[in-house]
Amino acid sequence: MSEPNKRYLELVSKKMPKSRHLTTMFRAFWTGGTICMIGQAFTDLYSSLPAALPEEDVSALTTITLILITAVLTGIGVYDKIGAYAGAGSIVPITGFANSVVSPAIEHKREGVVLGLCSNMFSVAGPVIVFGISSSVVVGIIVLIFKGAFV
Amino acid sequence: MDILVYLRVFAIGGAFCLIGQILINTTKMTSARILVCFLLSGVLLETIGVYKYIRDFGKAGATVPIIGFGANLAKGAIEGTLENGLLGAVSGGIEAVAPGIAAVIFIAFVVGLLATSKTK
Repeated sequence: MSEPNKRYLELVSKKMPKSRHLTTMFRAFWTGGTICMIGQAFTDLYSSLPAALPEEDVSALTTITLILITAVLTGIGVYDKIGAYAGAGSIVPITGFANSVVSPAIEHKREGVVLGLCSNMFSVAGPVIVFGISSSVVVGIIVLIFKGAFV
Repeated sequence: MDILVYLRVFAIGGAFCLIGQILINTTKMTSARILVCFLLSGVLLETIGVYKYIRDFGKAGATVPIIGFGANLAKGAIEGTLENGLLGAVSGGIEAVAPGIAAVIFIAFVVGLLATSKTK
């Protein structure tokens, strides 16, 4: 990097207010925590149903509900506003994953349904699914080899 | 409705997002990388048997963030392998998260068809 460039970057990092870090961290904390509390509220709601669903079904239903809410909020343009305020608070929860699928789907729709909407849907979610499924297969094989440790 | 449970959910869920924000602030990671990092940490923590304690304590605070999604994948893979051997090792992970992934794809497809992008 050239010397003036380096000096400029030093100047920028010196002038940039330190409190910005704290502000963004605080925002991420409370919005992320709130999204999780909404998730807990749905979990409690589904567990209290008379059908007495097993724990895994309740957790799957909660996930689907959060995805549905996020998709609608993304569709009407609200989730992007939440994201601008919350930073990681809107990325780390499962709602951020849903947003990362819905948002490019809407954005690229005018390039066509197949090549625009469908193929761009996975620009962020693709890596997540690839890493997720690959690592789960690796875990499965590790468990297969060291079965005794996991029983 | 137990206030203390909700406080724990808030604290654990918030803490994961706080870690994510620190990663964004200090490393300029894109959201795809953040998601992958959390996912892999979840897989690792579940495999070594730590995540179930976090889940017992944090409830939805531990299952709603993407790290819980990773933990769920690993949990499914471990259970699948113990039940069905090699076939379970391959399919266990995706079976556990299949409802979530199917819902994301279907809902995103429908919303994508219905919604129009206002900006741009």
